[in-house]
Amino acid sequence: MSTLTALRDVTFERNLSLRKLKGKLFEIIAFFAILLGIAMLLTLLIDVFLDGLPWISTKLITEFPSRFPDKAGLRSALQGSVWLMVLTAVMAIPIGVGAGIYLEEFAPQNRITRFIEINVANLAGVPSIIYGLLGLGLFVRQLGLGRTLIAGAMTMALLVLPIIIVTTREAIRAVPQSIRQAALALGATDWEVSRDHVLVYSAPAIMTGIILAMSRAIGETAPLITIGALTYIAFDPKGPFDIFTVLPIQIFNWVSLPNPDFHGLAAAGIIILLAVLLSMNALAIWLRNRLQIRW
Amino acid sequence: MDNNHVVLETKNLNVFYGNFLAIKDVNFQVFRNQITAIIGPSGCGKSTLLRSFNRMNELVPSARSEGKILFNGEDIYDPTIDPVEVRRKIGMVFQKPNPFPKSIYENIAWGLKINGFRGSKSEMDDLVEQALRGAALWDEVKDKLDQSGLSLSGGQQQRLCIARAIAIKPEVILMDEPASALDPIATLKIEDLMRELKENYTIVIVTHNMQEAARVSDYTAMMMLTGEGERSGTVIEFDRTNIIFTRPKDKRTEDYITGRFG
Repeated sequence: MSTLTALRDVTFERNLSLRKLKGKLFEIIAFFAILLGIAMLLTLLIDVFLDGLPWISTKLITEFPSRFPDKAGLRSALQGSVWLMVLTAVMAIPIGVGAGIYLEEFAPQNRITRFIEINVANLAGVPSIIYGLLGLGLFVRQLGLGRTLIAGAMTMALLVLPIIIVTTREAIRAVPQSIRQAALALGATDWEVSRDHVLVYSAPAIMTGIILAMSRAIGETAPLITIGALTYIAFDPKGPFDIFTVLPIQIFNWVSLPNPDFHGLAAAGIIILLAVLLSMNALAIWLRNRLQIRW
Repeated sequence: MDNNHVVLETKNLNVFYGNFLAIKDVNFQVFRNQITAIIGPSGCGKSTLLRSFNRMNELVPSARSEGKILFNGEDIYDPTIDPVEVRRKIGMVFQKPNPFPKSIYENIAWGLKINGFRGSKSEMDDLVEQALRGAALWDEVKDKLDQSGLSLSGGQQQRLCIARAIAIKPEVILMDEPASALDPIATLKIEDLMRELKENYTIVIVTHNMQEAARVSDYTAMMMLTGEGERSGTVIEFDRTNIIFTRPKDKRTEDYITGRFG
Protein backbone atom coordinates (compact mmCIF):
# COMPACT_ATOMS: atom_id res chain seq x y z
CA MET A 1 0.00 0.00 0.00
CA SER A 2 2.66 2.46 1.08
CA THR A 3 4.63 2.08 -2.17
CA LEU A 4 1.50 2.71 -4.20
CA THR A 5 0.81 5.91 -2.28
CA ALA A 6 4.39 7.04 -2.77
CA LEU A 7 4.09 6.51 -6.51
CA ARG A 8 1.01 8.65 -6.64
CA ASP A 9 2.91 11.55 -5.08
CA VAL A 10 5.48 11.79 -7.91
CA THR A 11 4.86 14.71 -10.24
CA PHE A 12 5.79 14.37 -13.90
CA GLU A 13 6.62 17.27 -16.14
CA ARG A 14 5.37 15.94 -19.43
CA ASN A 15 6.71 18.62 -21.73
CA LEU A 16 6.04 16.63 -24.89
CA SER A 17 6.51 19.50 -27.35
CA LEU A 18 10.02 20.21 -26.04
CA ARG A 19 10.95 16.52 -26.25
CA LYS A 20 9.71 16.37 -29.81
CA LEU A 21 11.60 19.55 -30.67
CA LYS A 22 14.84 17.97 -29.43
CA GLY A 23 14.24 15.01 -31.68
CA LYS A 24 13.55 17.25 -34.65
CA LEU A 25 16.71 19.24 -33.97
CA PHE A 26 18.81 16.09 -33.93
CA GLU A 27 17.24 14.95 -37.18
CA ILE A 28 18.15 18.27 -38.87
CA ILE A 29 21.77 18.09 -37.66
CA ALA A 30 22.06 14.51 -38.92
CA PHE A 31 20.56 15.53 -42.27
CA PHE A 32 23.15 18.28 -42.75
CA ALA A 33 25.93 15.87 -41.83
CA ILE A 34 24.97 13.51 -44.66
CA LEU A 35 24.37 16.46 -46.99
CA LEU A 36 27.90 17.71 -46.36
CA GLY A 37 29.38 14.32 -47.17
CA ILE A 38 27.44 13.97 -50.38
CA ALA A 39 28.20 17.56 -51.42
CA MET A 40 31.93 16.98 -50.99
CA LEU A 41 31.82 13.81 -53.06
CA LEU A 42 29.75 15.49 -55.79
CA THR A 43 32.09 18.51 -55.95
CA LEU A 44 35.02 16.15 -56.32
CA LEU A 45 33.34 14.10 -59.03
CA ILE A 46 32.10 17.13 -60.98
CA ASP A 47 35.53 18.77 -60.81
CA VAL A 48 37.25 15.61 -62.02
CA PHE A 49 34.74 15.10 -64.82
CA LEU A 50 34.97 18.73 -65.99
CA ASP A 51 38.75 18.50 -66.15
CA GLY A 52 38.99 14.96 -67.43
CA LEU A 53 36.15 14.38 -69.88
CA PRO A 54 37.77 16.34 -72.77
CA TRP A 55 40.80 14.04 -72.44
CA ILE A 56 38.87 10.77 -72.48
CA SER A 57 39.62 9.08 -75.78
CA THR A 58 40.82 5.75 -77.09
CA LYS A 59 44.30 7.23 -77.17
CA LEU A 60 44.23 7.22 -73.39
CA ILE A 61 44.14 3.44 -73.49
CA THR A 62 46.25 2.72 -76.57
CA GLU A 63 49.15 5.14 -76.08
CA PHE A 64 52.18 5.00 -73.83
CA PRO A 65 53.01 7.99 -71.61
CA SER A 66 54.73 10.79 -73.48
CA ARG A 67 56.27 14.21 -73.08
CA PHE A 68 53.51 15.53 -75.33
CA PRO A 69 50.05 15.62 -73.72
CA ASP A 70 48.35 14.95 -77.07
CA LYS A 71 50.19 11.67 -77.48
CA ALA A 72 50.19 10.51 -73.85
CA GLY A 73 48.16 7.53 -72.66
CA LEU A 74 47.77 5.00 -69.88
CA ARG A 75 48.64 1.90 -71.89
CA SER A 76 51.56 0.72 -69.79
CA ALA A 77 49.90 1.80 -66.54
CA LEU A 78 46.69 -0.12 -67.33
CA GLN A 79 48.65 -3.22 -68.24
CA GLY A 80 50.78 -2.78 -65.14
CA SER A 81 47.66 -2.58 -62.97
CA VAL A 82 46.18 -5.72 -64.55
CA TRP A 83 49.46 -7.63 -64.22
CA LEU A 84 49.83 -6.47 -60.63
CA MET A 85 46.29 -7.46 -59.72
CA VAL A 86 46.55 -10.91 -61.31
CA LEU A 87 49.92 -11.65 -59.70
CA THR A 88 48.71 -10.34 -56.34
CA ALA A 89 45.57 -12.46 -56.59
CA VAL A 90 47.54 -15.60 -57.48
CA MET A 91 49.68 -15.19 -54.35
CA ALA A 92 47.27 -13.63 -51.87
CA ILE A 93 44.07 -15.64 -52.51
CA PRO A 94 45.33 -19.19 -51.83
CA ILE A 95 47.42 -18.10 -48.85
CA GLY A 96 44.77 -15.78 -47.39
CA VAL A 97 41.82 -18.11 -47.83
CA GLY A 98 43.90 -21.06 -46.65
CA ALA A 99 45.00 -19.21 -43.53
CA GLY A 100 41.41 -18.12 -42.84
CA ILE A 101 40.15 -21.70 -43.15
CA TYR A 102 42.90 -23.02 -40.92
CA LEU A 103 42.30 -20.43 -38.20
CA GLU A 104 38.55 -20.92 -38.24
CA GLU A 105 38.13 -24.66 -38.82
CA PHE A 106 41.27 -26.50 -37.78
CA ALA A 107 43.46 -24.45 -35.43
CA PRO A 108 43.41 -25.56 -31.78
CA GLN A 109 41.80 -23.01 -29.49
CA ASN A 110 44.84 -21.92 -27.53
CA ARG A 111 46.96 -18.90 -26.72
CA ILE A 112 49.15 -19.15 -29.82
CA THR A 113 46.10 -19.18 -32.10
CA ARG A 114 44.60 -16.20 -30.33
CA PHE A 115 47.92 -14.37 -30.57
CA ILE A 116 48.03 -14.98 -34.32
CA GLU A 117 44.40 -13.94 -34.75
CA ILE A 118 44.87 -10.65 -32.93
CA ASN A 119 47.98 -9.84 -34.92
CA VAL A 120 46.38 -10.63 -38.26
CA ALA A 121 43.56 -8.25 -37.35
CA ASN A 122 46.12 -5.60 -36.35
CA LEU A 123 48.05 -6.05 -39.60
CA ALA A 124 44.94 -4.95 -41.51
CA GLY A 125 45.37 -1.54 -39.90
CA VAL A 126 49.10 -1.04 -40.58
CA PRO A 127 49.75 1.96 -42.91
CA SER A 128 50.48 0.81 -46.43
CA ILE A 129 53.78 2.72 -46.62
CA ILE A 130 55.15 0.28 -44.02
CA TYR A 131 54.43 -2.59 -46.42
CA GLY A 132 56.22 -0.60 -49.09
CA LEU A 133 59.31 -0.30 -46.91
CA LEU A 134 59.17 -4.03 -46.17
CA GLY A 135 58.82 -4.78 -49.89
CA LEU A 136 61.74 -2.52 -50.71
CA GLY A 137 63.98 -4.07 -48.10
CA LEU A 138 62.97 -7.70 -48.52
CA PHE A 139 61.81 -8.31 -52.08
CA VAL A 140 63.57 -5.56 -54.08
CA ARG A 141 66.92 -5.60 -52.27
CA GLN A 142 67.34 -8.76 -50.15
CA LEU A 143 65.81 -11.19 -52.65
CA GLY A 144 67.26 -9.14 -55.50
CA LEU A 145 64.01 -9.02 -57.46
CA GLY A 146 64.56 -5.38 -58.38
CA ARG A 147 61.72 -2.96 -59.08
CA THR A 148 59.75 -5.61 -60.91
CA LEU A 149 56.10 -6.56 -61.12
CA ILE A 150 56.72 -9.63 -58.99
CA ALA A 151 58.27 -7.55 -56.19
CA GLY A 152 55.33 -5.13 -56.37
CA ALA A 153 52.80 -7.97 -56.39
CA MET A 154 54.47 -9.66 -53.41
CA THR A 155 54.29 -6.37 -51.51
CA MET A 156 50.63 -5.92 -52.45
CA ALA A 157 49.90 -9.53 -51.52
CA LEU A 158 51.28 -8.85 -48.03
CA LEU A 159 49.14 -5.72 -47.85
CA VAL A 160 45.85 -7.43 -48.74
CA LEU A 161 46.52 -10.76 -46.96
CA PRO A 162 45.09 -9.58 -43.62
CA ILE A 163 41.96 -8.32 -45.39
CA ILE A 164 41.44 -11.65 -47.13
CA ILE A 165 42.15 -13.65 -43.97
CA VAL A 166 39.74 -11.58 -41.89
CA THR A 167 36.91 -11.67 -44.45
CA THR A 168 37.40 -15.39 -45.02
CA ARG A 169 37.13 -16.02 -41.31
CA GLU A 170 33.99 -13.91 -41.05
CA ALA A 171 32.45 -15.71 -44.02
CA ILE A 172 33.23 -19.10 -42.49
CA ARG A 173 31.94 -18.06 -39.10
CA ALA A 174 28.62 -17.09 -40.69
CA VAL A 175 27.99 -20.77 -41.57
CA PRO A 176 25.88 -22.03 -38.64
CA GLN A 177 27.44 -24.54 -36.28
CA SER A 178 24.31 -26.68 -36.71
CA ILE A 179 25.27 -27.38 -40.34
CA ARG A 180 28.70 -28.65 -39.31
CA GLN A 181 27.09 -30.83 -36.67
CA ALA A 182 24.55 -32.20 -39.15
CA ALA A 183 27.37 -33.22 -41.48
CA LEU A 184 29.59 -34.66 -38.74
CA ALA A 185 26.65 -36.68 -37.39
CA LEU A 186 26.42 -38.43 -40.77
CA GLY A 187 29.93 -39.76 -40.29
CA ALA A 188 31.78 -37.08 -42.27
CA THR A 189 35.42 -36.22 -41.66
CA ASP A 190 36.43 -32.63 -40.85
CA TRP A 191 37.77 -32.19 -44.36
CA GLU A 192 34.53 -33.41 -45.96
CA VAL A 193 32.55 -30.97 -43.85
CA SER A 194 34.81 -28.08 -44.89
CA ARG A 195 34.95 -29.07 -48.55
CA ASP A 196 31.28 -29.80 -49.23
CA HIS A 197 29.57 -27.45 -46.80
CA VAL A 198 31.51 -24.72 -45.04
CA LEU A 199 33.53 -23.62 -48.08
CA VAL A 200 30.61 -23.94 -50.49
CA TYR A 201 28.27 -21.86 -48.36
CA SER A 202 30.84 -19.22 -47.46
CA ALA A 203 32.22 -18.91 -51.02
CA PRO A 204 30.07 -15.91 -52.06
CA ALA A 205 31.14 -13.92 -48.99
CA ILE A 206 34.79 -14.95 -49.46
CA MET A 207 34.61 -13.87 -53.12
CA THR A 208 33.21 -10.51 -52.06
CA GLY A 209 36.11 -10.05 -49.67
CA ILE A 210 38.62 -11.01 -52.36
CA ILE A 211 37.18 -8.50 -54.84
CA LEU A 212 37.28 -5.73 -52.25
CA ALA A 213 40.88 -6.67 -51.39
CA MET A 214 41.80 -6.56 -55.09
CA SER A 215 40.21 -3.16 -55.56
CA ARG A 216 42.29 -1.99 -52.61
CA ALA A 217 45.40 -3.34 -54.35
CA ILE A 218 44.54 -1.48 -57.57
CA GLY A 219 44.05 1.83 -55.80
CA GLU A 220 47.14 1.66 -53.58
CA THR A 221 49.99 3.99 -54.50
CA ALA A 222 52.29 4.55 -51.55
CA PRO A 223 53.88 1.08 -51.24
CA LEU A 224 54.55 0.93 -54.97
CA ILE A 225 56.17 4.35 -55.00
CA THR A 226 58.31 3.15 -52.09
CA ILE A 227 59.55 0.10 -53.97
CA GLY A 228 60.29 2.31 -56.97
CA ALA A 229 57.49 1.89 -59.49
CA LEU A 230 57.46 5.64 -60.09
CA THR A 231 59.14 5.44 -63.49
CA TYR A 232 58.61 6.21 -67.13
CA ILE A 233 57.50 2.99 -68.84
CA ALA A 234 57.01 3.12 -72.60
CA PHE A 235 56.68 -0.59 -73.37
CA ASP A 236 54.23 -3.43 -72.65
CA PRO A 237 55.27 -5.43 -69.60
CA LYS A 238 55.98 -8.95 -70.88
CA GLY A 239 56.18 -10.85 -67.62
CA PRO A 240 56.50 -10.75 -63.83
CA PHE A 241 60.15 -9.74 -63.97
CA ASP A 242 59.63 -6.55 -65.99
CA ILE A 243 59.67 -3.13 -64.40
CA PHE A 244 56.27 -1.49 -64.38
CA THR A 245 54.01 1.36 -63.44
CA VAL A 246 50.33 1.38 -62.42
CA LEU A 247 47.32 3.67 -62.86
CA PRO A 248 47.48 5.68 -59.62
CA ILE A 249 51.21 6.23 -60.05
CA GLN A 250 50.82 7.44 -63.62
CA ILE A 251 48.10 9.80 -62.40
CA PHE A 252 50.36 11.04 -59.61
CA ASN A 253 53.09 11.50 -62.18
CA TRP A 254 50.94 13.64 -64.45
CA VAL A 255 49.58 15.74 -61.60
CA SER A 256 53.15 16.65 -60.60
CA LEU A 257 54.01 17.98 -64.07
CA PRO A 258 53.72 21.77 -64.63
CA ASN A 259 51.87 21.64 -67.99
CA PRO A 260 48.10 22.03 -67.21
CA ASP A 261 47.23 19.68 -70.09
CA PHE A 262 48.72 16.88 -68.03
CA HIS A 263 46.35 17.79 -65.21
CA GLY A 264 43.46 17.15 -67.61
CA LEU A 265 45.05 13.82 -68.49
CA ALA A 266 45.37 13.03 -64.79
CA ALA A 267 41.67 13.76 -64.29
CA ALA A 268 40.86 11.46 -67.20
CA GLY A 269 43.02 8.80 -65.55
CA ILE A 270 41.14 9.26 -62.30
CA ILE A 271 37.85 8.72 -64.15
CA ILE A 272 39.16 5.44 -65.54
CA LEU A 273 40.52 4.33 -62.17
CA LEU A 274 37.19 5.24 -60.51
CA ALA A 275 35.29 3.31 -63.17
CA VAL A 276 37.42 0.21 -62.54
CA LEU A 277 37.10 0.47 -58.75
CA LEU A 278 33.37 1.18 -58.75
CA SER A 279 32.63 -1.69 -61.11
CA MET A 280 34.64 -4.06 -58.91
CA ASN A 281 32.75 -2.90 -55.82
CA ALA A 282 29.45 -3.19 -57.69
CA LEU A 283 30.37 -6.75 -58.67
CA ALA A 284 31.12 -7.52 -55.02
CA ILE A 285 27.76 -6.15 -53.88
CA TRP A 286 25.93 -8.00 -56.64
CA LEU A 287 27.65 -11.27 -55.71
CA ARG A 288 26.81 -10.78 -52.07
CA ASN A 289 23.14 -10.10 -52.72
CA ARG A 290 22.75 -12.73 -55.37
CA LEU A 291 24.52 -15.78 -54.05
CA GLN A 292 24.53 -15.42 -50.31
CA ILE A 293 22.49 -18.00 -48.41
CA ARG A 294 19.88 -16.67 -46.04
CA TRP A 295 19.78 -19.09 -43.11
CA MET B 1 14.24 -56.56 -18.84
CA ASP B 2 15.56 -58.48 -21.80
CA ASN B 3 19.32 -58.14 -21.80
CA ASN B 4 19.80 -60.12 -25.00
CA HIS B 5 19.09 -57.09 -27.14
CA VAL B 6 21.08 -54.36 -25.48
CA VAL B 7 22.41 -52.06 -28.21
CA LEU B 8 23.85 -49.27 -26.08
CA GLU B 9 24.95 -49.46 -22.49
CA THR B 10 26.62 -46.84 -20.32
CA LYS B 11 28.91 -47.98 -17.52
CA ASN B 12 29.69 -45.48 -14.77
CA LEU B 13 29.68 -42.68 -17.30
CA ASN B 14 30.96 -39.29 -16.11
CA VAL B 15 31.13 -36.29 -18.43
CA PHE B 16 33.07 -33.16 -17.53
CA TYR B 17 33.19 -29.70 -19.06
CA GLY B 18 36.54 -28.52 -17.78
CA ASN B 19 36.40 -29.24 -14.06
CA PHE B 20 32.63 -29.18 -13.99
CA LEU B 21 31.06 -32.63 -13.63
CA ALA B 22 27.99 -32.33 -15.88
CA ILE B 23 26.69 -35.89 -15.64
CA LYS B 24 27.93 -38.48 -13.22
CA ASP B 25 27.77 -42.21 -12.79
CA VAL B 26 25.15 -42.90 -15.44
CA ASN B 27 24.22 -46.55 -15.89
CA PHE B 28 21.46 -47.62 -18.21
CA GLN B 29 20.72 -49.60 -21.34
CA VAL B 30 19.09 -49.01 -24.69
CA PHE B 31 17.28 -51.97 -26.21
CA ARG B 32 17.08 -52.92 -29.87
CA ASN B 33 14.02 -51.72 -31.82
CA GLN B 34 12.71 -49.84 -28.84
CA ILE B 35 12.24 -46.15 -28.22
CA THR B 36 14.04 -44.97 -25.12
CA ALA B 37 13.16 -41.54 -23.79
CA ILE B 38 15.46 -39.45 -21.61
CA ILE B 39 13.43 -36.99 -19.55
CA GLY B 40 14.22 -34.54 -16.77
CA PRO B 41 14.31 -30.84 -15.93
CA SER B 42 16.31 -28.30 -17.91
CA GLY B 43 20.06 -28.37 -17.42
CA CYS B 44 20.22 -31.88 -15.96
CA GLY B 45 22.45 -33.21 -18.74
CA LYS B 46 19.99 -34.96 -21.05
CA SER B 47 21.56 -33.59 -24.22
CA THR B 48 25.06 -34.17 -22.88
CA LEU B 49 24.17 -37.82 -22.31
CA LEU B 50 22.58 -38.16 -25.75
CA ARG B 51 25.54 -36.52 -27.47
CA SER B 52 27.90 -38.88 -25.70
CA PHE B 53 26.37 -41.80 -27.58
CA ASN B 54 27.70 -40.66 -30.95
CA ARG B 55 30.71 -38.79 -29.60
CA MET B 56 29.32 -35.43 -30.73
CA ASN B 57 29.88 -34.10 -27.24
CA GLU B 58 33.63 -34.07 -27.69
CA LEU B 59 33.19 -31.26 -30.25
CA VAL B 60 32.86 -29.04 -27.17
CA PRO B 61 36.54 -28.22 -26.62
CA SER B 62 36.50 -28.64 -22.82
CA ALA B 63 34.43 -31.85 -22.78
CA ARG B 64 35.96 -35.03 -21.37
CA SER B 65 34.43 -38.30 -20.28
CA GLU B 66 35.18 -41.25 -18.02
CA GLY B 67 33.62 -44.69 -17.90
CA LYS B 68 32.35 -46.68 -20.84
CA ILE B 69 29.64 -46.60 -23.45
CA LEU B 70 29.25 -50.03 -25.00
CA PHE B 71 27.79 -50.21 -28.51
CA ASN B 72 26.98 -53.86 -29.23
CA GLY B 73 29.47 -54.73 -26.52
CA GLU B 74 32.30 -52.57 -27.86
CA ASP B 75 33.48 -49.45 -26.01
CA ILE B 76 33.02 -46.49 -28.36
CA TYR B 77 35.45 -44.45 -26.26
CA ASP B 78 38.24 -46.97 -26.79
CA PRO B 79 41.27 -45.07 -28.18
CA THR B 80 41.30 -47.30 -31.27
CA ILE B 81 37.74 -46.31 -32.22
CA ASP B 82 37.34 -43.43 -34.68
CA PRO B 83 34.40 -41.16 -33.81
CA VAL B 84 33.62 -40.90 -37.52
CA GLU B 85 32.86 -44.65 -37.53
CA VAL B 86 30.64 -44.29 -34.47
CA ARG B 87 28.62 -41.48 -36.01
CA ARG B 88 28.13 -43.42 -39.20
CA LYS B 89 26.31 -46.15 -37.24
CA ILE B 90 24.63 -43.94 -34.65
CA GLY B 91 22.78 -41.15 -36.43
CA MET B 92 21.39 -37.99 -34.97
CA VAL B 93 18.43 -35.65 -35.43
CA PHE B 94 18.79 -32.23 -33.84
CA GLN B 95 16.49 -29.95 -31.91
CA LYS B 96 16.23 -27.33 -34.65
CA PRO B 97 15.81 -28.70 -38.16
CA ASN B 98 19.16 -28.23 -39.90
CA PRO B 99 18.89 -29.30 -43.54
CA PHE B 100 21.83 -28.42 -45.76
CA PRO B 101 21.17 -25.41 -48.02
CA LYS B 102 21.31 -27.82 -50.95
CA SER B 103 18.55 -29.53 -52.93
CA ILE B 104 16.28 -31.99 -51.16
CA TYR B 105 17.89 -34.74 -53.25
CA GLU B 106 21.42 -33.65 -52.31
CA ASN B 107 20.49 -33.49 -48.64
CA ILE B 108 19.97 -37.26 -48.73
CA ALA B 109 22.57 -38.18 -51.34
CA TRP B 110 25.49 -36.44 -49.64
CA GLY B 111 25.58 -38.79 -46.66
CA LEU B 112 25.54 -41.76 -49.02
CA LYS B 113 28.37 -40.32 -51.12
CA ILE B 114 30.75 -39.55 -48.28
CA ASN B 115 30.10 -42.97 -46.79
CA GLY B 116 31.38 -44.59 -49.96
CA PHE B 117 28.24 -45.34 -51.96
CA ARG B 118 29.44 -45.79 -55.55
CA GLY B 119 26.26 -47.06 -57.23
CA SER B 120 24.67 -45.79 -60.42
CA LYS B 121 22.46 -42.73 -60.67
CA SER B 122 19.31 -44.87 -60.68
CA GLU B 123 20.44 -46.79 -57.60
CA MET B 124 21.06 -43.49 -55.89
CA ASP B 125 17.61 -42.28 -56.95
CA ASP B 126 16.11 -45.42 -55.39
CA LEU B 127 17.95 -44.90 -52.10
CA VAL B 128 16.88 -41.25 -51.92
CA GLU B 129 13.26 -42.24 -52.55
CA GLN B 130 13.50 -45.03 -49.97
CA ALA B 131 14.83 -42.64 -47.34
CA LEU B 132 12.19 -40.00 -48.08
CA ARG B 133 9.44 -42.64 -47.96
CA GLY B 134 10.90 -43.92 -44.70
CA ALA B 135 10.57 -40.42 -43.26
CA ALA B 136 6.99 -40.07 -44.60
CA LEU B 137 8.05 -37.14 -46.77
CA TRP B 138 8.15 -38.64 -50.28
CA ASP B 139 4.63 -37.72 -51.37
CA GLU B 140 5.13 -34.11 -50.37
CA VAL B 141 8.46 -33.57 -52.13
CA LYS B 142 8.65 -36.09 -55.00
CA ASP B 143 7.97 -33.37 -57.60
CA LYS B 144 10.46 -30.87 -56.22
CA LEU B 145 13.55 -32.86 -55.34
CA ASP B 146 15.75 -30.20 -56.91
CA GLN B 147 14.43 -27.43 -54.66
CA SER B 148 16.38 -26.26 -51.66
CA GLY B 149 15.83 -28.13 -48.41
CA LEU B 150 15.41 -24.73 -46.80
CA SER B 151 12.27 -24.09 -48.87
CA LEU B 152 10.32 -26.69 -46.86
CA SER B 153 8.23 -26.00 -43.76
CA GLY B 154 9.73 -26.62 -40.32
CA GLY B 155 8.03 -29.99 -39.91
CA GLN B 156 9.04 -31.07 -43.41
CA GLN B 157 12.60 -29.91 -42.77
CA GLN B 158 12.75 -32.05 -39.65
CA ARG B 159 11.47 -35.09 -41.56
CA LEU B 160 14.07 -34.33 -44.24
CA CYS B 161 16.69 -34.46 -41.48
CA ILE B 162 15.29 -37.81 -40.36
CA ALA B 163 15.37 -39.05 -43.97
CA ARG B 164 18.98 -37.87 -44.22
CA ALA B 165 19.85 -39.77 -41.04
CA ILE B 166 18.17 -43.05 -42.05
CA ALA B 167 19.51 -42.96 -45.63
CA ILE B 168 22.89 -44.22 -44.48
CA LYS B 169 21.24 -47.05 -42.54
CA PRO B 170 22.43 -46.42 -39.00
CA GLU B 171 21.59 -48.85 -36.23
CA VAL B 172 20.58 -46.20 -33.74
CA ILE B 173 18.97 -42.78 -34.22
CA LEU B 174 19.49 -40.21 -31.50
CA MET B 175 16.87 -37.48 -31.37
CA ASP B 176 17.46 -34.32 -29.35
CA GLU B 177 14.00 -32.82 -28.73
CA PRO B 178 13.13 -33.32 -32.40
CA ALA B 179 9.65 -31.81 -32.12
CA SER B 180 10.28 -28.92 -29.76
CA ALA B 181 10.52 -26.37 -32.59
CA LEU B 182 7.39 -27.69 -34.35
CA ASP B 183 3.68 -27.06 -34.12
CA PRO B 184 1.40 -29.77 -32.63
CA ILE B 185 0.39 -31.27 -35.99
CA ALA B 186 3.97 -31.54 -37.21
CA THR B 187 4.85 -32.97 -33.79
CA LEU B 188 2.26 -35.73 -34.14
CA LYS B 189 3.64 -36.60 -37.58
CA ILE B 190 7.13 -36.94 -36.13
CA GLU B 191 5.80 -39.13 -33.32
CA ASP B 192 3.90 -41.38 -35.76
CA LEU B 193 7.07 -41.60 -37.79
CA MET B 194 9.08 -42.67 -34.74
CA ARG B 195 6.71 -45.56 -34.09
CA GLU B 196 7.22 -46.72 -37.68
CA LEU B 197 10.96 -46.25 -37.55
CA LYS B 198 11.41 -48.46 -34.51
CA GLU B 199 10.62 -51.50 -36.66
CA ASN B 200 14.05 -51.06 -38.22
CA TYR B 201 15.97 -48.78 -35.91
CA THR B 202 16.68 -48.25 -32.26
CA ILE B 203 15.71 -44.76 -31.13
CA VAL B 204 16.87 -42.68 -28.19
CA ILE B 205 14.97 -39.43 -27.71
CA VAL B 206 15.55 -36.53 -25.36
CA THR B 207 12.40 -34.63 -24.57
CA HIS B 208 11.13 -31.90 -22.29
CA ASN B 209 7.62 -32.97 -22.97
CA MET B 210 6.49 -35.73 -20.62
CA GLN B 211 3.35 -36.43 -22.62
CA GLU B 212 5.54 -37.01 -25.63
CA ALA B 213 7.71 -39.44 -23.69
CA ALA B 214 4.60 -41.24 -22.44
CA ARG B 215 3.09 -41.38 -25.93
CA VAL B 216 6.03 -42.69 -27.94
CA SER B 217 8.60 -44.37 -25.75
CA ASP B 218 8.93 -47.94 -24.53
CA TYR B 219 11.57 -47.20 -21.91
CA THR B 220 12.23 -44.03 -19.96
CA ALA B 221 15.33 -42.80 -18.20
CA MET B 222 14.60 -40.13 -15.61
CA MET B 223 17.47 -37.67 -15.08
CA MET B 224 17.84 -35.25 -12.18
CA LEU B 225 20.51 -33.02 -10.70
CA THR B 226 22.18 -34.67 -7.71
CA GLY B 227 25.43 -34.66 -5.80
CA GLU B 228 27.21 -31.81 -4.09
CA GLY B 229 25.15 -28.66 -4.48
CA GLU B 230 22.87 -30.53 -6.91
CA ARG B 231 24.98 -29.62 -9.89
CA SER B 232 25.63 -32.93 -11.62
CA GLY B 233 22.94 -34.79 -13.52
CA THR B 234 22.42 -38.52 -13.32
CA VAL B 235 19.85 -41.12 -14.26
CA ILE B 236 17.87 -41.62 -11.05
CA GLU B 237 15.44 -44.15 -12.44
CA PHE B 238 15.23 -46.28 -15.54
CA ASP B 239 12.37 -48.60 -16.41
CA ARG B 240 9.60 -49.40 -18.84
CA THR B 241 7.75 -46.18 -19.67
CA ASN B 242 4.39 -47.43 -18.35
CA ILE B 243 6.00 -48.21 -15.00
CA ILE B 244 7.80 -44.85 -14.78
CA PHE B 245 4.57 -43.04 -15.46
CA THR B 246 2.28 -45.16 -13.26
CA ARG B 247 4.31 -46.47 -10.34
CA PRO B 248 7.73 -44.84 -10.20
CA LYS B 249 9.97 -46.12 -7.44
CA ASP B 250 11.74 -42.82 -6.83
CA LYS B 251 9.83 -40.05 -5.08
CA ARG B 252 11.62 -37.41 -7.21
CA THR B 253 10.42 -39.09 -10.43
CA GLU B 254 6.89 -39.09 -9.13
CA ASP B 255 7.11 -35.41 -8.17
CA TYR B 256 8.48 -34.51 -11.58
CA ILE B 257 5.96 -36.36 -13.71
CA THR B 258 3.03 -35.23 -11.63
CA GLY B 259 4.17 -31.62 -11.95
CA ARG B 260 5.06 -31.19 -8.29
CA PHE B 261 8.73 -30.71 -9.08
CA GLY B 262 10.62 -27.63 -7.94
